[in-house]
Amino acid sequence: MSDMVVVRREGLYCVPGDFYIDPWRPVDRAVITHAHGDHARLGNRHYLAAAAGAGVLRARLGEVRLDTLAYGERVVHNGVTISLHPAGHVLGSAQVRMECGGEVWVASGDYKVEADRTCAPFEPVRCDTFITESTFGLPIYRWPDQQEVFDAINQWWRRNAEEGRASVIFAYAFGKAQRVLSGLDPALGPIVCHGAAEPLNRAYRAAGVGLPETRMVTEVAKADLRRALVVAPPSAAGSPWMKRFGDYSDAFASGWMQLRGARRRRSVDRGFVLSDHADWPGLLTAIRASEASRIRVTHGSVGVMVRWLRQCGLDAAGFETEFGDDEATADATGTEGADA
Amino acid sequence: MREFARLYAELDETTATNRKLDALRRYFSNAAPEDAAWAVYFLAGGKPRQAVPTKLLRQYAVEFAQLDDWLFDECYAAVGDLAETIAHILPAPNRRSTLGLAAWMQERIGPLRGADPETIRAALFSYWDELDWCERFLFVKLIGGAFRVGVSRLLVTRALAQLADADPKLLAQRLMGWTDGSVRPTGAGFLALIAPPSAAEHQRRGGQPYPFFLAHQLQAEPASLGALADWQVEWKYDGIRAQLVRRAGLNYLWSRGEDLITERFPELASLRLPEGTVVDGEILVWNAPAGTPAPFAELQRRIGRKNLSARLLAELPAVLVAYDLLERDGVDLRGLPQCERRALLEQLVQEVAQEALKLSPLVQAPDWDVLAALRAQSRERGVEGFMLKAADARYGVGRTRDVGTWWKWKIDPYSVDAVLVYAQPGSGRRASLYTDYTFAVWDTDGEGERKLVPFAKAYSGLTDAEIAQVDQAIRRSTVEKFGPVRSVRPEMVFEIGFEGIARSSRHKAGIAVRFPRILRRRADKTAEEADTLAALRALLEAP
Repeated sequence: MSDMVVVRREGLYCVPGDFYIDPWRPVDRAVITHAHGDHARLGNRHYLAAAAGAGVLRARLGEVRLDTLAYGERVVHNGVTISLHPAGHVLGSAQVRMECGGEVWVASGDYKVEADRTCAPFEPVRCDTFITESTFGLPIYRWPDQQEVFDAINQWWRRNAEEGRASVIFAYAFGKAQRVLSGLDPALGPIVCHGAAEPLNRAYRAAGVGLPETRMVTEVAKADLRRALVVAPPSAAGSPWMKRFGDYSDAFASGWMQLRGARRRRSVDRGFVLSDHADWPGLLTAIRASEASRIRVTHGSVGVMVRWLRQCGLDAAGFETEFGDDEATADATGTEGADA
Repeated sequence: MREFARLYAELDETTATNRKLDALRRYFSNAAPEDAAWAVYFLAGGKPRQAVPTKLLRQYAVEFAQLDDWLFDECYAAVGDLAETIAHILPAPNRRSTLGLAAWMQERIGPLRGADPETIRAALFSYWDELDWCERFLFVKLIGGAFRVGVSRLLVTRALAQLADADPKLLAQRLMGWTDGSVRPTGAGFLALIAPPSAAEHQRRGGQPYPFFLAHQLQAEPASLGALADWQVEWKYDGIRAQLVRRAGLNYLWSRGEDLITERFPELASLRLPEGTVVDGEILVWNAPAGTPAPFAELQRRIGRKNLSARLLAELPAVLVAYDLLERDGVDLRGLPQCERRALLEQLVQEVAQEALKLSPLVQAPDWDVLAALRAQSRERGVEGFMLKAADARYGVGRTRDVGTWWKWKIDPYSVDAVLVYAQPGSGRRASLYTDYTFAVWDTDGEGERKLVPFAKAYSGLTDAEIAQVDQAIRRSTVEKFGPVRSVRPEMVFEIGFEGIARSSRHKAGIAVRFPRILRRRADKTAEEADTLAALRALLEAP
């Protein structure tokens, strides 16, 4: 039996369905798992994505020919039954389920197992072959409970505010910024959001996600900035935009902050371990829950995951994709592509 | 341990000096004196001997975490630090310990040294189960004996000085010898450290050295320093900077890293000096027939040896080339001008009149140009250039310039263009970035075939931006992976600088270079245009 999904020059390709999943080169039909830049690219003729993600996808890509499916809704295309299921990664993120001739494949896109307030929680989907990401596919990555992380962020903010210092937290504009916002205690002071994240905040609010009130930096009196929590994209670090905050404490929110080396390279005061991806136990839980006997591993620690899964008796192999970046380079260069 | 872990986290979590200082002061005022004593020891750079061999530490961690060896290796390659890797992989603890740092060091970690593997295993399993993430990280660091904290010794000195309400320089003095390891940190010792200044300060000194006065690299034209007559000029030696202390009838030899190395140099241990003398100078292996210092490689042969045979001592005799006098008749001379200390030093060396104590000669020249010409002879004289000391300079503390200045005016390093052939991730801040490089030059084998021969490893010299570029290029041009090491297509050329070169049978290339570092990337050169081994060998002959 030939594989339902293969890797082509353009991207992951569903052979019987004649469509691509998150292609990295322009194609006729693209199913998009989520709106991050390395998965949703411009230039495709037809897009299919989860209805919950339509707003953020348009905020990123502008007007494209987009069809949407509600989570769980089915559509048949060239004899392949397609449905989208929550991946718990960011608003509108989906796993793509493909069924053809009694065989089921699921492409996970990026996913996170722990539920959070900004998107629908990950839903395990049974399948024969599961295509999984492996961004944090090493046993050193085990996330703390997110409430602990939010408490630590709020505590850091409170102490800075008491000492008259702004708290600047760097987080990717789409997904991580909203996740951080959802965990803040608005009673501690004003919350300022960098302009890059505002369109996405609007899309999240429009989709019914509750976020605390955020303000543009120009709307806050200078004296109040010293008590403020500022959410800014990593690219703002070291830019003139930061000057107005005077003496501030800075932090970075990412799964990579699990490692001291990564935090020190960012040279920020604090690293908060907050990821939109599954940690090592999360990846293994999701793989187990899929009940798949064949696993295809994409971007991240491919070699490690494949070896481990084979050791566990599964038929595992790697898929070479252009998603994200090599784990370390993404962090070293701070590219926006690899939101983590 | 919990309080020390909190201090460590606070120091680690900020880059602001004032916040670090606050955290240190808070810790030192609240900690039990015996715990504080150990904290000072570690923060000031103390390195205890390794209590458990790395191999066992790793093996038991893998066992405790129920992880496969290969998976641990992958983790370690990503983290770049053994203690941190172990802390990440261990399962959550079931208990919490309230034991203080001193008790951990003396009652728990200390006894592990030399214990049998089964005892070590049981102890580690039990201790790991009562420590949280940060404490485990520290625990493994403390066991491993390779512990560095992101705080300068200067800052620790300042925090303690504020506690003692004393001049930081006095604290720097009191701290000398703290990290040597031959003396166990005690609560009483800590209380003495932060005691108010007293008249009996000097008596308490024992065999301790003075804080070393350090030189600055001269970047500007030497003529900008003004009249040459205002400067005392000496050759800059490439040996071990040391202070030889004579007090209470005993000699103490201290390296600049504050290690007590008296036993390594019996020639200096047995020097007969008048009571109450401290000489600052350079330990060198002396080539008596030539009247020049032997290359550093010779001194290295002495340092590397545990047992000093009579033959070795005869073959490689060590001397102290004295260039400053810090104490005479028990009186601290550091407040005197350089020229006055020099006169007293000359007097002392003459009085002592022993082979192992030499006087660093003054270099006389009518003007800077003549001096520059003399500097060109540095290599044949076995030195690294000049030291320029202001004639009125007091002897300062560390790399300060408030009471006078010492400049080092070094000769330019040797340099060759070499090709990057292997790369390995760094550790700490550079973990998972390829920053440790092996460089090769061309050699022609018996069949006339040209091949690259590795000759040096270098880590430093690139900016963060350049490192990121090179890291990307390495990932793109990887040929093979051997564990954490990658071999790459030989494409990138770098100018590699080094201070010295010597024959070596232990290195593939047959030579060993000293202090290799990257001077710059040569993007304008192809690998083919890199230098040859023959060109390197030629440097062995030429001065």
